[in-house]
Amino acid sequence: MNLQNVLLGATAAVALTTGAAQAEVLFWSTQAKPIEETQAMRDQVLSGFDAGADYQANDSGPFLTRLNAELQAGDGTIGVLGDLHGGFAAMDAANLADLSGLDLGGVTVNPTFLELGKLGTDQQHYLPWMQASYIMAANKKALEFLPEGADIDALTYDQLIAWSAAVEEATGDKKFGFPAGPDGLKHRFFQGYLYPSYTDGVVRTFKSDAAVGAWEAFRALWSHTNTGSTNFSFMQEQLLSEDVWIAFDHTSRLAGAFNERPDDFVAFPAPAGPTGRGFMPVVAGLAIPVTAPDMAEAEALVAYMMKPETQIATLRATNFFPVVDVALPDDLPPSVRAAGDAIAKMSGAADANPGLLPAGLGDKGGDFNRVYVDSFERIILGGQDIRAVLDDQAKVLDAIMQETGAVCWAPDAPSEGACPVE
Amino acid sequence: MTAVTPDVAHADVRKSGRFLFRAAIVFLCAWVLVPIYFLLINTLSSPETVNAFPKSFIPEFDMGSLTFFANFAGMLTALKNSVIVACLTMVLSIAFGAPAGYALSRFDFRGKELFRVLILLTRAFPLPLLALPLAVLFIRTGLDDTLLGLALVHTTLAIPFAVLITFSLFSGIPIELEEAAWTLGCTRFTAFTKVVLPLIAPGIAASAIFAFVISWNEVFAAAVLTIQNRTLPAFLLQSLGTSPLHLKFAGGFILVVPALVFIFAVRKYLFAMWGIANR
Amino acid sequence: MNARTLPYLLILPVTLFLCVFFIYPFVLVAQLAFTQGDGFTLANFREVVGYWKFPISLKNTLLLAAIVVPIQLALSLAMATMVSKMEKGRDLVLYVWTIPLGISDLAAGIIWLAIFEQSGFLNSMMSGMGLIDKPISLLTYEHPWVIFIAIALAEIWRATAIMLVILVAGMGLIPKEYYEAAEVFGASPWKRFLKITLPMLRPSLQTALVLRVILAFEVFAVVIALGGSLFPVLMAETYAYQFDLLNSGAAAAIALIILAISIGFTLIILRLLRVPKGATI
Repeated sequence: MNLQNVLLGATAAVALTTGAAQAEVLFWSTQAKPIEETQAMRDQVLSGFDAGADYQANDSGPFLTRLNAELQAGDGTIGVLGDLHGGFAAMDAANLADLSGLDLGGVTVNPTFLELGKLGTDQQHYLPWMQASYIMAANKKALEFLPEGADIDALTYDQLIAWSAAVEEATGDKKFGFPAGPDGLKHRFFQGYLYPSYTDGVVRTFKSDAAVGAWEAFRALWSHTNTGSTNFSFMQEQLLSEDVWIAFDHTSRLAGAFNERPDDFVAFPAPAGPTGRGFMPVVAGLAIPVTAPDMAEAEALVAYMMKPETQIATLRATNFFPVVDVALPDDLPPSVRAAGDAIAKMSGAADANPGLLPAGLGDKGGDFNRVYVDSFERIILGGQDIRAVLDDQAKVLDAIMQETGAVCWAPDAPSEGACPVE
Repeated sequence: MTAVTPDVAHADVRKSGRFLFRAAIVFLCAWVLVPIYFLLINTLSSPETVNAFPKSFIPEFDMGSLTFFANFAGMLTALKNSVIVACLTMVLSIAFGAPAGYALSRFDFRGKELFRVLILLTRAFPLPLLALPLAVLFIRTGLDDTLLGLALVHTTLAIPFAVLITFSLFSGIPIELEEAAWTLGCTRFTAFTKVVLPLIAPGIAASAIFAFVISWNEVFAAAVLTIQNRTLPAFLLQSLGTSPLHLKFAGGFILVVPALVFIFAVRKYLFAMWGIANR
Repeated sequence: MNARTLPYLLILPVTLFLCVFFIYPFVLVAQLAFTQGDGFTLANFREVVGYWKFPISLKNTLLLAAIVVPIQLALSLAMATMVSKMEKGRDLVLYVWTIPLGISDLAAGIIWLAIFEQSGFLNSMMSGMGLIDKPISLLTYEHPWVIFIAIALAEIWRATAIMLVILVAGMGLIPKEYYEAAEVFGASPWKRFLKITLPMLRPSLQTALVLRVILAFEVFAVVIALGGSLFPVLMAETYAYQFDLLNSGAAAAIALIILAISIGFTLIILRLLRVPKGATI
């Protein structure tokens, strides 16, 4: 009896290990790259996947190079891809297997994001995996300098500027922080926050008078912004070192501050401008390259990632929220609670003006971002004339829209054919 | 010099000269070591201290960050892989590079300049751009995800160092030394092994150091070309940039240590044959 | 085996090796620079050169190399000479000086950012000495020269050892008799350095300079860490084209421009420091 059990156990163990070594699905991702998150993805999220998964987080350089090499060679080891919407949008959709037939076991997936995953075709080239957004965070020490009558959960850009000015006056330091470093997500601020809040558009209104007003406001904010911001890419670092008291960034790039010192920081919605409170989601997706070595296993892993329990585990590991219908538990990490509250307030605000992710740009997504980053570098860092820069950059933007034929997305009014720069 | 008794002023000059000399050496050592010391402080600090201001200049010996890496799955395998790849790179680059270095220093031949430029081209073009066609080639030939395959790519990076360093050292060895050996009955080959080879040990050591550290610190090819057999930098380095500060420093420190151990091990060969006359 | 075929035999293995692992991928990539859609074009070159940041990146890259490399040359020569003059502790000092060799440029960037950032070690030191009463932001667009100095210092710290090791190995081959003879004739140490060390060291100097200059044009990680978005360099543009804009043609074009610059400087150095076939006594 005893011996039999031992033997059974041993054979089972052997079967398990060999099985795992053969069938382990390579999960090739650009997300959850910080080493602790990678660790959590492996230990807490993927450990429950029976066939075993090898989670490898990469910079976009190696990520793309490896993927393209496998596609060109027609022989792959990558089972599942994890990347942002923009990354998939830039790929050739024909290289991503159709996932529309995948049995997700009855979970309800956010329909807007599902639509994005079709990449403009009628096939499901990627499935939404998780979502996040950009919010504001502040050190509680800054709260006493809030302008008279300002509600932190319903700030306007003018109040944010006044607040940052007041903090500077009181401390002698510029304490607003903005991720303008090389890896910072500054372009998303202009596309999803500043432009929608001031011009109610992104492309159509690029060089409008309202856009000039938006950049003037940003210039005013910049005058109270920590001058080291051009080196900042993860605002949690500067919040923790207190070089910065008020900051804008991606929820997962603020998470460290809330998790390390939960009592010292508050999270709150992005400010509102004349045309509402612009904000934008971040969507990461899961896809299977057509070269996947074992399609069935890869599909099983994608289905596993979409399970409500896995989505919650992913939330804990990465600070990215679920994209399926699921009740959030109460015992989430402080960063998740803080970010969740702020996002809820932001999207529930009366003046909410949500933007969508750029769609239809294909591999011009990077060029599209560069238009906004270049405008920032020329106007704010280079001190050039706003009107002249916008007119100049508008030509580049218009060329991109004409070349890709991308139609307008919210908050721009819909267009027939390529979205025009007006 | 010692035969003449130097006058007092001369002695003073010498003394202050020696002092300056020593001071310069100490200063340069400090210049190198202080930044490393800062890295060490931050490695041995708790997350709060890493973010604090002003920074402490004495480490508090908090092992939290290092423990995190000690428990990180796959660290040891990655370390082993890195060492294997680095050693292969070292052997391959010297085996391929040293003969070419000898040829460059001893012969004038047609296409010499062209060959030299070819060697240098490999360092003047960024590897991340070459990685795509290389990866396709490797996948097709089965070199993909092997330590040897990665070592071959790293060898390409190390070869210019191996060729040029051995070239410059062979050039420093008087050809008459070899010719003398020939007249004494040595063949070109035995003259080489008996006379030249012992002299260029420092060059081999220098090439080896470069090959090792180039391979050790290379991230991009390692990240693209290895999956199961990740090397330590591919495993660690590319995630450092996005990691919290305290882990950034600890990870950086962990990567530095093995390279330092290696340089320490071979340093004495840099001096193996200090001055022909000293033998 | 005669003197005519021997050299080719000696360079054959490495040439074959490089053909497979360098020339083959290089040709494939270089082709991209001259194609857009189908057919030969220079559009990629026009695109990258016409971009407003290109002249700035070019200027920054050249300026950085022009400042850093001569300093490194002088410093490494001085260090190599010092090491050769030492009697005690030579091993240890040389080891310490070669330590930065083992540090990747990414790690070097992390280290130097920890020194120069607002709550970094430099500010801590200055406030400890009472020079400043609160941390000041050093790496800002307000004074770009501080950024330049920081990057230059980090590069000098990181990459001087490359030249040092080559020069030390080369200096070891200079016969001691030369110095002894010069000393007998009463040559000053400076004269000895000029008349013996420098000429005899020419092969090593050439190698060290060429390698260092080429690497200087590829400078990237340290610059990104310290300069942020304020100090664009050519290599950063290359990577941006390849991985952010997914424009391999443009990336290949700018990489070829860097290559051309590197080769140009290499040829100049090779001419200036021509090495005769084998040293003669």
